[in-house]
Formats: sequence, structure tokens, C-alpha cells
Amino acid sequence: MHPITVEYLRWIVLLPLGGAAFLGITNRRLPTVVVSLVASLTVLGSFLLSAQAFFALRALPTAGRLLTDRVYSWMPVGDLRIDVSFMVDPLTAVMILFVTGVAFLIHIYSIGYMKGDRGYQRYFAYLNLFVGMMLILVLSDNLPLLFVGWEGVGLCSYLLIGFWFEDLANSAAGKKAFLVNRIGDFGFLLGMLLIARTLAGKVGGENLFSFAVMAQHTSLLAPVATAIGLLLFMGATGKSAQIPLFVWLPDAMAGPTPVSALIHAATMVTAGVYMVARMNFLYVLTPTAMAVVAVIGALTALVAATIAVTQDDIKKVLAYSTVSQLGYMFLACGVGAFGAGIFHVMTHAFFKALLFMGAGSVIHALHHQQDMRYMGGLRSKMPVTFVTMFAAMLAISGVFPFAGFFSKDEILYNTFLDSKVLWAIGYAVAGLTAFYMTRLLALTFFGKSRVDEEHVHEVHESPLSMTIPLMVLGVLSLIGGWIGWPHFLGGSNRFETWLAPVFRHGMEGEAMAHGAENAVHASAAAHAALAHGAETAVHAGGSTELALAVASLALALLGIAVGFVVYLRRLDVAEAARRAAGGRLYWLLKGKYFVDEIYEALIVRPGYWLSDIVFFRFTDAGLIDGVLVNGTARSLGILGSVLRLLQNGMLRWYAYSFTLGVLVILFYLVRHL
Amino acid sequence: MFDASVGLNHYLLLSVLLFVIGVAGVIFRRNAIIMFMSIELMLTSVNLTILAYSRYLGDHTGHVLVLFVFAVAAAEAAVGLAILVELFRKRDTVDVDRFRQLME
Repeated sequence: MHPITVEYLRWIVLLPLGGAAFLGITNRRLPTVVVSLVASLTVLGSFLLSAQAFFALRALPTAGRLLTDRVYSWMPVGDLRIDVSFMVDPLTAVMILFVTGVAFLIHIYSIGYMKGDRGYQRYFAYLNLFVGMMLILVLSDNLPLLFVGWEGVGLCSYLLIGFWFEDLANSAAGKKAFLVNRIGDFGFLLGMLLIARTLAGKVGGENLFSFAVMAQHTSLLAPVATAIGLLLFMGATGKSAQIPLFVWLPDAMAGPTPVSALIHAATMVTAGVYMVARMNFLYVLTPTAMAVVAVIGALTALVAATIAVTQDDIKKVLAYSTVSQLGYMFLACGVGAFGAGIFHVMTHAFFKALLFMGAGSVIHALHHQQDMRYMGGLRSKMPVTFVTMFAAMLAISGVFPFAGFFSKDEILYNTFLDSKVLWAIGYAVAGLTAFYMTRLLALTFFGKSRVDEEHVHEVHESPLSMTIPLMVLGVLSLIGGWIGWPHFLGGSNRFETWLAPVFRHGMEGEAMAHGAENAVHASAAAHAALAHGAETAVHAGGSTELALAVASLALALLGIAVGFVVYLRRLDVAEAARRAAGGRLYWLLKGKYFVDEIYEALIVRPGYWLSDIVFFRFTDAGLIDGVLVNGTARSLGILGSVLRLLQNGMLRWYAYSFTLGVLVILFYLVRHL
Repeated sequence: MFDASVGLNHYLLLSVLLFVIGVAGVIFRRNAIIMFMSIELMLTSVNLTILAYSRYLGDHTGHVLVLFVFAVAAAEAAVGLAILVELFRKRDTVDVDRFRQLME
């Protein structure tokens, strides 16, 4: 079936990019109102167009749900053609809707949060650029254009994390994010080149990087699928902050809080999950890469959750929580439940954006105090922030019927079918999540106030521009998961059905893997395929799913209960836990497993040494400056001082050498002619 | 075996002798006037060569050329001697080793 061409897709991208260009060029010359209007309305426009695309897509028959917009041919090189070309399929539709929707709310919130900042206009220019780049990433119909967005969000994260660059720590955090991402991007680029090498010449005259073409030629890609899958996943570990490249995300807290919300919820970190889901046709060919994705996801979820339990900075807790939740998403992709992964991406966007903006609201009220040890008792003073954050906490903990319950439960169920060990890790993390989120809420909003005496009377609820987005997201955190209401609870899981056409390759690829007797691990994707497609299988698994759901709900409630009891009534228990095992465990977790320190010692220091000794002192100062630049000058100088001896002003010496020269020439001529 | 008649080779031999004496004079003598005379000697030896070939080949263009060389040599000698007189007035010597301004 021919895809339908709709020209407004390009405007979804161009509106925020245009806004960014306009605000960037006219920097510091526009009144605040104009800046706010331009920035938010462009994103709102994108959101409305996305909604239009969504409804246009829904009106089409299931098999033909594809809208395209080919803007122009970007790189026609011989046989290779790379287009700037956008498409909307069910997966992209989900992504653009929540990216633009959440980003719009963050824009509104930023109007209040950034009020009076010197870089107000610059901030909104970056923010619009960020949204535009993310939209390029999810709307692209080929890998190189996706890479443009991929690098674009990396650049914007650098700009926004280091937004208050006067403070050296902030710009260092920005640099760290940029460099760590660069490592991942290197892998991504290699994966892309490997695809090009595999398909070049075999897919004549076509855009071999387009997802549709790649999906049609999976048999050609199959022999190198593991290598490609792992290289692309390396890119995803950078962008989506997984082991071993997650270190940049907690530092990314240096940026303004709404930026954290944007990076952690709507954009950037979801890019890795989206890319893996988008390349699902490739990943199902390679059980090895899938297993790596699942294990890395589960381990990241566990490591980050344990660190989050011990952090005192409210934003750091949320940062590690994001890393942990991203681990869940990759776990889902790794066991073949791409739909569940994307579902969690979406619900997480709602409640994590809400949590960050709620934290921002608290920080704003407390004059940039981020340490939870100096908060407490804010419940009555900031009721809207409190209620909405409470909803988000229930959602992230996976309490029925909040959004997180549905997505997390689906991930855990699919994991259970694949591997009991990974499920056990995921299950434990669910309990930890409930516990540390409760700890955050208990320390911030409950108990006695530990706020500074000076500021305690000034604490007040944030302005409407900040609370309205909180309320909207609060509602979404409650109802956002209902579109994926599972079968075993009498729903129809419309989210899965909606995404099914995108992940149908999964089932085809699975059949191939079976054919190749490659099926040791293949049960993973098979289960996933069944869970996605055939209703009978879902009903058969209904009782297991129900049991798992009840178990994780019970664990979540237990985690919340323990959290409240410990941090409101029995602080001595927390103190005892800190001292347990001689305080070693607490020391290890509080120090974030010292990953930063290990990288510092293993990579950064040798890097400095290499740069200083080899590249600077030897190559630059020694070889280039010393030998090439100064060496040339010095050798000419020496030559000159020798030649200077010849010019001694003695007339007879000149005549003598002149004669000698003539004789030599004569001698030569006589001998050779 | 002894050919009493004077031929081309004799003229050329004499010419080479005169030229070498001129070169030696320029290189080995320090007196500017002697050097000057040596240069004239070299010019004369070249003239002799040209005339010898002119006669030998029966082409009279060479005679005309020699007249031109004389004219130029005379002009050059006038300028050169004038410079020498001027130098002697300033420095009371014509020893070329005492003049090293060419170095600068």
C-alpha cells in the first residue's frame, strides 16, 4: 500500500526550529512577553499538528498507517540517496504527541521559573531548538537524519546543562554530558557505517538507510545483526544513560530544573529507547544483542535505584530514578516487548516531568535549596505541588490505577516470561523505587520544617504558570496509563494494538530465527510476539499476569509504607541501616559506587597524561612547534650564517670564486658535451 | 713538421695566454690600477679571438664587433679611472683589500 503524503509533517519540525532561529537571532532585544509567546506557541503548534497527524493516521486502515513527507534530497551521492524525509507511523505518532505535549507544558512552566533570568531569551531559544531536534529524531524516516536529531539533542543538552555557565561546575557538567554522549555516538556511527557496508550495492538506487528499506532487507542484515545491534546500542547507552555511560545524567542536574524535566522526560534520554524500538526488525534477528540490552537494562535499573536511596539532593534522587526507569525500558526492549518499553517511555514522560517540575517548584520556593535535609513540612504551604507530586510518586511506584502501574507491570510480565532472574531484579527495583520516592516525599513535604529560619516565612506556592502544568501532568499521571488497560483486567490494551503494526517485523524476524535454529534465546521475542499479537495467548497467560500484578502492587505498597514509617516515625531505623555492615554499604551507595572516581582514574587521568605528554609536549610543542615551525626558521638561519661568510667584501675573493665557478662549468661542459 | 706560417691556433693560444694573465692579475694583485689593466688585457684577448675567427671564416662582422668592444672598453675605462681617482682622494690608497664596503 502506498503511504500517504502530507506536507504538514515538516511544519511539526520547522515551527520550533523557526522559533529557535528567531529567538536566537534577536537575542536580548525582545520583550519577555514576546519571547514567551513565540517559544510556547511554536511548540503548541507542533503539538496540534502532531494531533492532526495522529487522527489522520487513526482514520486509516491498520495495515496502511503511514504518513510521509519527503522534503528534499539531502545527499544524492552515486547510488546512495539520503533524503530529508519525515514519516509518521503509530510509533512516531506516540512519540511526537507526548514530546510536543510535555514540552509545551515545560515551556509554560519555564515562563514562571525563569522569570527575571538574564538569559531568558537565550534559554527559550535553546529550549525550542531542543524540541525541534528531538522531533527531527523521531520523525525521520532514515538513520542519517535520525542521527542529525540525535546529535542535535546532544548539542542542546550541552547548551542547557551549562546554561548558567558563569559557574564553572555547570559548564563542566555540560562538557561531561557532551563528551560521554560522544563516546556513544561513535558506536552509533560505526553501526550506521556497518549497515551501509552491508547493504551498499545490494539495494540498488534506493535510500538504503531508510527504515522501510532496511526492514525489507533483514535477510541481508542478518549475518552482521549482532554487531550492528550492539554498536547502535552503544549509542543508546550514551544517550539514554545506561551502564557504562550513565554518569553524565546525574551531573546534568546543573541545568535549570525545567531543563532537567525536558531532558529526563520528553526528550533526549528517550531517544535511545526509541531508536532500539525503531530498529526492532534488526534486534529480533540477534538474540545476543537482545540479551545484552536486557541485562544492561536490568543492571542499570538496579544500580541506579540503590544509589537513589542514599542521595540527599532532591534532583539527584530524581536523576538516578530516571536512569533506573530507563533501565526498565531497555529491559522491556531486550525481552522483545518493544511496545511495553515505549508505553513506559510515555507514562514515565508524564510522571517524571511532573516530579522534576514539582521539585523545581520546591527549589524555587526555598531560594535554590536542593538538599532534602533542609526541607520538610512543606505540605500545607505548597498544596498543589504536594498533591501533584504525590500522584507522580504513586505513578512511578506502580500503584494501581496510576499510569506507572500499567507500563511497569507489562514490562515485568514480559520479563517474567523470558527470564526469572531479570524479573527478580526488576521486581526488587520496583520495591526500591517505591521506597526512595516515598523517602523523597516524606523528607520534603512531611514532618517538621527544617527550612532556614530566614526563609521559612517566605515559602509560598508557585505562580499559576508553574502550577497549571503540574496539575495537567498530575491528571496525566493518573489516567495516562489507561490507554494500555490490560486484558486481564477486562481492558483491551489499545496501546499495544495501536503499536502492533510497527513491531510486526518482530514476529517475522522471530520466524526466521527459528528457521535458522537459532532459538536458544528466541523464546523471548516469541513470547513477546504472542503477548503483542495473538489474543488467545494473552488470555492463557492472564492468571500469571494477574498474580504478578498483585505481587508488584503489594511490593509497591510495602515500599511506600516502609518509606513513610522509617522517615516519619522511626528515623533511628534509617540511622541503623546506614551503620549496617560497618557503614560500608552506605558509603558505597552514597559514593555512587565511585563510578565517577573509577572513570577519573582509568580514563580521564590517562587521557590528561596522554594529552599533556604525548599530544601537547611531544607532538605539539616538540614536533610541530619545535621541529616544523621553529626548526625551519632555525635551519634557514644556520644556512644564512654560513653563506654570510662568503660575502666578505673582498673584491679579489669575489673574482677568485667567480673564476673558479667558470672553470667548474667549463670542466663539466668539456667532459659531457 | 714545423710549420713556419702563422695559423688560427697560434692566435688562439696567444689569446688564452693573455686571458689567463689577465685573470691572474685580477685575482692576485691588490693594486686597483693593475687590476684595471688586467681587465683591459682580458678584453683585448677576447678581441684577438674574435678577429682571428673573423679572418679564418672570412666574415667581416667580427671586425665591426671589435670596434664596438673598443668603444665600450674606452668608456668603461674612463668611468673606472674616475672612480679610482675619487677613491684615492678619499682614502689615500688604491689597495682593494682596504675597501670592504661591498660586504654591506
